[in-house]
Amino acid sequence: MINLDDPKKLRPLASQAHQVAMNMLRPISRKYDRAEHEYPQELDMLAAMIDGLSESGASSGAGASGVRRDEKEEKAGVKNGTNLASVMSIQEMCWGDVGLLLSMPRQGLGNSAIASVADDEQLERFDGVWAGMAITEPGTGSDSANIKTTAVLDGDEYVLNGEKIYVTAGGRADHIVVWATLDRDLGRAAIKSFVVPKGTPGMRVDRLEHKLGIRASDTATIIFENCRVPKENLLGSSEVDVKQGFAGAMATFDNTRPLVAAMAIGCAKASLDLTRDLLEQAGVVIDYDRPAVTQSAAAAKFLQMEADWEGARLLTLQAAWMADNREPNSLEASMAKAKAGRVGSDITLSCVELAGSIGYSEAELLEKWSRDSKILDIFEGTQQIQQLIVARRVLGLSSAELK
Amino acid sequence: MDLTKSLRPGGKHGVSSQESRDPIGLAVAALNKLAQSDLIDRIGLRRPAEQAVFTATRNGFKTATAASRTFARAGSRATPGVRVPAAAPKGVFDLTPTEDEQMLVDVVSEYAAEVLRPAATEADDACAAPEPVLKASLEIGLPILGVPESLGGISEERSAMAGTLVAEALAKGDMGLAVAALAPGAVATALGLWGSEEQQQTYLPAFAGDEVPAAALALTEPAVLFDVLSPSTTARRSGEGFVLDGVKSAVVRGAEAELFVVGASLEGKPALFLVESSADGLAVEADPSMGVRAASLTRLSLSGVSVPAGALLGSADGTTYTECVRLSRLAWCALAVGTGQAVLDYVTPYVKEREAFGEPIAHRQSVAFMVANIAIELQAMRLLTYKAAARAAAGKDFTREVALARRSCSDRGMQIGLDGVQLLGGHGFVKEHPVERWYRDLRAVGVMEGSVLV
Repeated sequence: MINLDDPKKLRPLASQAHQVAMNMLRPISRKYDRAEHEYPQELDMLAAMIDGLSESGASSGAGASGVRRDEKEEKAGVKNGTNLASVMSIQEMCWGDVGLLLSMPRQGLGNSAIASVADDEQLERFDGVWAGMAITEPGTGSDSANIKTTAVLDGDEYVLNGEKIYVTAGGRADHIVVWATLDRDLGRAAIKSFVVPKGTPGMRVDRLEHKLGIRASDTATIIFENCRVPKENLLGSSEVDVKQGFAGAMATFDNTRPLVAAMAIGCAKASLDLTRDLLEQAGVVIDYDRPAVTQSAAAAKFLQMEADWEGARLLTLQAAWMADNREPNSLEASMAKAKAGRVGSDITLSCVELAGSIGYSEAELLEKWSRDSKILDIFEGTQQIQQLIVARRVLGLSSAELK
Repeated sequence: MDLTKSLRPGGKHGVSSQESRDPIGLAVAALNKLAQSDLIDRIGLRRPAEQAVFTATRNGFKTATAASRTFARAGSRATPGVRVPAAAPKGVFDLTPTEDEQMLVDVVSEYAAEVLRPAATEADDACAAPEPVLKASLEIGLPILGVPESLGGISEERSAMAGTLVAEALAKGDMGLAVAALAPGAVATALGLWGSEEQQQTYLPAFAGDEVPAAALALTEPAVLFDVLSPSTTARRSGEGFVLDGVKSAVVRGAEAELFVVGASLEGKPALFLVESSADGLAVEADPSMGVRAASLTRLSLSGVSVPAGALLGSADGTTYTECVRLSRLAWCALAVGTGQAVLDYVTPYVKEREAFGEPIAHRQSVAFMVANIAIELQAMRLLTYKAAARAAAGKDFTREVALARRSCSDRGMQIGLDGVQLLGGHGFVKEHPVERWYRDLRAVGVMEGSVLV
């Protein structure tokens, strides 16, 4: 039966995340926006608390944890599982602060990759690590099939060489999941991911970026020079399957895109909530029944933003719901991220405009959210990459036909 | 007539009242009048008695409403009518329709593809839905979708979700014909939701029978910045009953309708009134519009129309009326989603076949991304609409949800209509392709109130 209300059983989880975001993240939000690169030590306490909660089973997916497709047979019926739980709790945490969520210990995007593609032995071995994700290179952004970092098998070890940039939590994480190619001539099929523990000789954090937003999150450049990792650290299969091609590596993205969409939705919700309050204090009432054209321009704009926001959120829930129910969701994941990414920018920027210099000033957080939101339309696939994926799917065109 | 007034160009032909004529302008206007004189003569000769046939394609063509059948009064006015229970979802996020809903959608989709779509161009041109098309809509039970089972309908629980899926599926065929086919059901559903025992037993048997009356839910009015919650049409108490005065627009098949549900202000609160077409003081005027033309839109004027006390549908405190407005907007959202899907399904093969510069235009990102955005926004519109519909069916408050769905379906739906034409270029602008009709139809979504209801 069609029902798009938040699942009943996940509401306690979401409201718990909301409380954490409000009482733990918001109070330190501006502090770490100003003190870029300073480690938010408060998060250690929070991480410990979340570990405690997850052991009690009360907090599945309070951060960017894995979104694994469980292969075990489950009971029949419609499922509201870990994917929905993740997007709902991430939305709430990012309502608190996107940068801080990305800095949550043991909740890195690399953890998501491990949880998504690791085998059982690896899952156990890498349990409890904090893993950053290293894909982008100086010459390779959205075109991630074209990476130049190499991995060469030498005895029982792979030898990694290359430079990775924009590694989220790269300075703080204790492990890095790095994408490298086994053979550049074999193209995308030869791209594999490797788990590299910090302290491995040959890997070093070169520098941290200064950024427009999510300044609480560290973004690192990492250099690999003859860095040797055990061959068991290659995630998934080491075979180069030309037919399967890039699909294995890209599967991670199908899983993480709804999470990034959820981040954009959470950040935008923070702007909407505060702006509604400020507008009401200024005497603007948003009426859901009266036609927008009979209301003030501010109220009409707010209605349009809220409609866009809700649409983005429902697309995100849809993508997660499909993953929970083991339906292929590559199209829907990209739709969600495309809509959430652009809507997130429009909402956060428009809220600054509506609130005037109050919105623009550091005295409020509206200006910060309008800086934080921008990255969410870029990483894990830009707006344009999402449109490309959606277009190819809808039109049934190959990447050779629609470039 | 005041001469200076007749010399001013404003207030007609789309000219702003701020415009003035200079001497050359006056000379040109006089010349134009002369040029039209034989047309004026012909119209002048035509006696009102000869205007027996209502012309839906001509503005301002006024006639009396249809003579209604005799609806035999039955049941008690004081007793509430039969109400179906709300749907009871299990609190699980789910996008799967029930088996019954899916069956209904399958049947309606077939009707939309095989009956509505082929008839659409001609119906749009004629401003009328062909009789066989409407007959077929009765066979699949459209008017009684929202009528309780015990009153001859097919509804066992609140039908807002099923109605939404049906409206979407119909509009995928054609929005104008969908509106024509759904209009009687809007009135029947309203009777099912809010009718007293008397109202249900008096009117609903006709809707469940073989000769279903044309009927119209009339909420819109011809006013700039029209606010449906404050209608200018008034109802005042008079003796036992009410007297209604005002003008309603976007009245579906007003000339054929035998029963109207009319929105009017009663003591400062909006309320719904049942008005039979045989009532004195009703006049109907063709009001062909930009789109939704197959629904034979009309203006209905009410001057001193007396209705009995039992004509008030639901409560007089504004709550019934407001719920009606919301459910009607929900139906328009569903229509937008269906038409948006029609656009997407049409442009997808087109851009893959149409070649320019030696390859299909779909191979260009500027074209492909437009298609991608249609798909993305359409799915968002659909989910917003479903969320509101599911909440309505479950008896939950859906004020916010339907407002957001309407905002999206109006704005983004129109963008889809616009892009649909753009993607076909010049071919999109001519009537060889249906995209120009969808463009006109999709503009209705943010404008219309009433007419359809789920």
